[in-house]
Amino acid sequence: MTSLAPGPPVGPGTPAMPGPILAMRGMTKRFGPLLAADSIDLDLNQGEVLALLGENGAGKTTLMNMLFGEYTPDAGEVRIRDPSGNEEVLPPGQPQAAIAARIGMVHQHFTLAENLTVLDNILLGTEPPFSSRRSRRRARARLHRLMEASGLNASLDVRIRELSVGERQRIEILKALYREARILVLDEPTAVLTPQEADSLFGAVRELVREGLSVIFISHKLREVLAFSDRIMVLRHGRRMGEMPTSEADVGKIVRMMVGEEHAGVDRSPGEPSAPALVLEKVSVPSSRAQRALFEVSLTIHEAEILGIAGVAGNGQSTLAQIISGLLQPGEGSISIGGKNVRRLTPARALREGIGRIPEDRYQDGIVADMSVAENIVIERLDSPEIQRRGILRRAAIATHAEFLIDAHDIRCPGPHARTALLSGGNIQKLILARVLEAQPGIILANQPTRGLDVRAAGEVSRRLIAARDRGAGVLLISEDLDEVLALSDRILVMQGGRIAETKSRDRAVIGAMMTGGSVG
Amino acid sequence: MRPWSAILIPVVAGLAALLLSAIPLAFAGAPILPAYAQMVAGVFGSVFTATETLTRATPLIFTGLAAAIAFRARFWNIGGEGQLYLGALAAVWVGTGMIDGPPILMIPLVLAAGAVAGAVGLLGPALLKTRFGADEVVTSLLLNFIILIFVQMMLEGPFKDPMGLGWPQSEPILDSAALPALVDRMRLHAGFLIGIAAAFVAHAVLAYTVWGFRARAVGDNATAARHAGIGVRRTILGVAIASGACAGLAGVSEVAGLKGYLTSDLSPGFGYAGIVVAMLAGLSPIGVIAASLFVASVFVGADSMSRAMGVSSFLADLIVSMSLICMLVGGFFARFRLRLRAAPAP
Repeated sequence: MTSLAPGPPVGPGTPAMPGPILAMRGMTKRFGPLLAADSIDLDLNQGEVLALLGENGAGKTTLMNMLFGEYTPDAGEVRIRDPSGNEEVLPPGQPQAAIAARIGMVHQHFTLAENLTVLDNILLGTEPPFSSRRSRRRARARLHRLMEASGLNASLDVRIRELSVGERQRIEILKALYREARILVLDEPTAVLTPQEADSLFGAVRELVREGLSVIFISHKLREVLAFSDRIMVLRHGRRMGEMPTSEADVGKIVRMMVGEEHAGVDRSPGEPSAPALVLEKVSVPSSRAQRALFEVSLTIHEAEILGIAGVAGNGQSTLAQIISGLLQPGEGSISIGGKNVRRLTPARALREGIGRIPEDRYQDGIVADMSVAENIVIERLDSPEIQRRGILRRAAIATHAEFLIDAHDIRCPGPHARTALLSGGNIQKLILARVLEAQPGIILANQPTRGLDVRAAGEVSRRLIAARDRGAGVLLISEDLDEVLALSDRILVMQGGRIAETKSRDRAVIGAMMTGGSVG
Repeated sequence: MRPWSAILIPVVAGLAALLLSAIPLAFAGAPILPAYAQMVAGVFGSVFTATETLTRATPLIFTGLAAAIAFRARFWNIGGEGQLYLGALAAVWVGTGMIDGPPILMIPLVLAAGAVAGAVGLLGPALLKTRFGADEVVTSLLLNFIILIFVQMMLEGPFKDPMGLGWPQSEPILDSAALPALVDRMRLHAGFLIGIAAAFVAHAVLAYTVWGFRARAVGDNATAARHAGIGVRRTILGVAIASGACAGLAGVSEVAGLKGYLTSDLSPGFGYAGIVVAMLAGLSPIGVIAASLFVASVFVGADSMSRAMGVSSFLADLIVSMSLICMLVGGFFARFRLRLRAAPAP
């Protein structure tokens, strides 16, 4: 395995040698003034798991999109060695060629058709659109074998729209496996899985790797990278910063390479919880197409505490968040805020009562993409005299205010009047966070606040949430990232099957067992 | 979309439409260049033709605004035609002798009556949508036919002019309630200026007020607007009222400014043409003025062309439809880049 050594490995013109199964050479891609990928080399050996690390915008996704033919590189080439040992250069900018070379990709943003069933989604693009009943039966049988082997279980006849984000992720992986990928790219596959599920996923992928599958694995979770990969490659600002065998890596070393400095872990002193800020009493919601059921959920968020809710996607967290956001009125149970009973909680009422909401789906619920950054910053407080006078918007004041927050929160954008759709995911999250914190809320609902953010941005979000707590806010942190819940929470609740239970334990195994229904009752 | 494309696309689309329309024109047996020259002369040739074009544009500005305002909030008001007739009916109700006064009182009164009637006409579909989720495309569209039959009933009954020789038409609007002419001996009336003013008001309201902010937010992303505490239903109701009122004003303007009395053929489809105008304008209220002028020019010009060249005046509909298609295609090209390439070898 000569290519483990850093530096330019197997050069061009050595087709006969059993080199890497995939060799990318000098991959360069420029978007306007931004050099998204700067002459990156990447090698992947057969039966190897290569972890690709880097901050948001480091060039990981750009590199993978070039591999997949979705971007045409400005320079560089992709060589693939087929099973018989012949090397061929993939034609650039052709996704069909990548698929024909059996490169599979599990995207960070799902590519599933919501109105089709799981089975249809998996068959979509691999089978003719009007496949016979017999071929569907065959496909079904093959999928059942695959699910058994990989441990990724799903019911094939449910429509995608009825599945949670976590469940959809599993379908994506299953889809790639069904297509017999030789090279599999996993873009943050475990962002929404429990530790047990993640472990079983890694177990399944490991099994496939032993049989010859090669994997490129993109993740922000260093713990996973260290446990799962064989080799680590780090990108920063579109450049390859270096690579190392995983056996020689540790967290400090990787983070230094990624951000160029020692990553200061989140410093969390215990909070000093005081009076109850938000109390839910036996709140129940019947199950429907749109939401998961809740069964007599009771919880109390105190001032100056972070209450973490761990759990796998699709166990009622979204429903709970909708109730606290004011989007959904529970069928039964009561809600009280600051000691007084709130009969009907609407989004406007929630805002008046000082509940800041960081929504799970920042694109759908968090921003109006076609409106400007400034407009999205003030959208929750249109009644405030700082924003309007007698119904007329105070445009100058709004712009000044937005500029101030753009500065204070380091929101990277062309300016307050830029369309919000132009911002990256991380910067949209900063915008939402700025909007929420700026109102000095007494209660903060943070639903998956760091999903998809890089180490530095996620750390920033965490620090700001802790600062808000220290200021006296009660924070309800809903996250599928158990590490995050453990790191931030003063108390931990676990949601499973629409029920909620408190745990004193900080043991990953104990909480993980509760998340999968081991001991909640 | 880049800012220049907002101007360039409609212009190019209009030219492309004229180019494409030359084909059926040639089939109709007319020499193309003289035909178009006649068309241009029919629009700009004289004070008469120019004012006729502006007169024709007037109801289109109102119905175009009605569609543009509603569509900005993703509320699909297809009922402009019906609201126009309701506005006209209200105008003749209060403007034909129910009360009388000086023009300074009567003109605002008929305008207000027409606006209220138009708004009420759209309130039904809006409430059905916000209460029960009924599709406003269906309800507002079908209401057009009901309203037209209702107007016919009124014109045969209580609103029928006893001096009208038995024709189903209303009594004439009082002089005090009529919109004054703008140019001596021409048909162009004050409704045109009111339309222009309405467009600027609509632009200012959408861009500079909280109400407009809410309407745009609901239109662009209703889910996020709701999450942000904006009353989505209330906003939609408000938008429906504003949109219906604009369409109602179109009816007032036609009755009190142009015809002087109401008949059931008052509008040759201004309500529907307003949708085309709004789309050509990219849903911008200021753009509605330009789009109305364009559509009116095509209609007036094609009329003149058909008289002079002996070709069917349906060519006007053809050119307008062609422009809309070109406009939509243009918008598509502004957003996406088409790449042609061969399929890869298997």
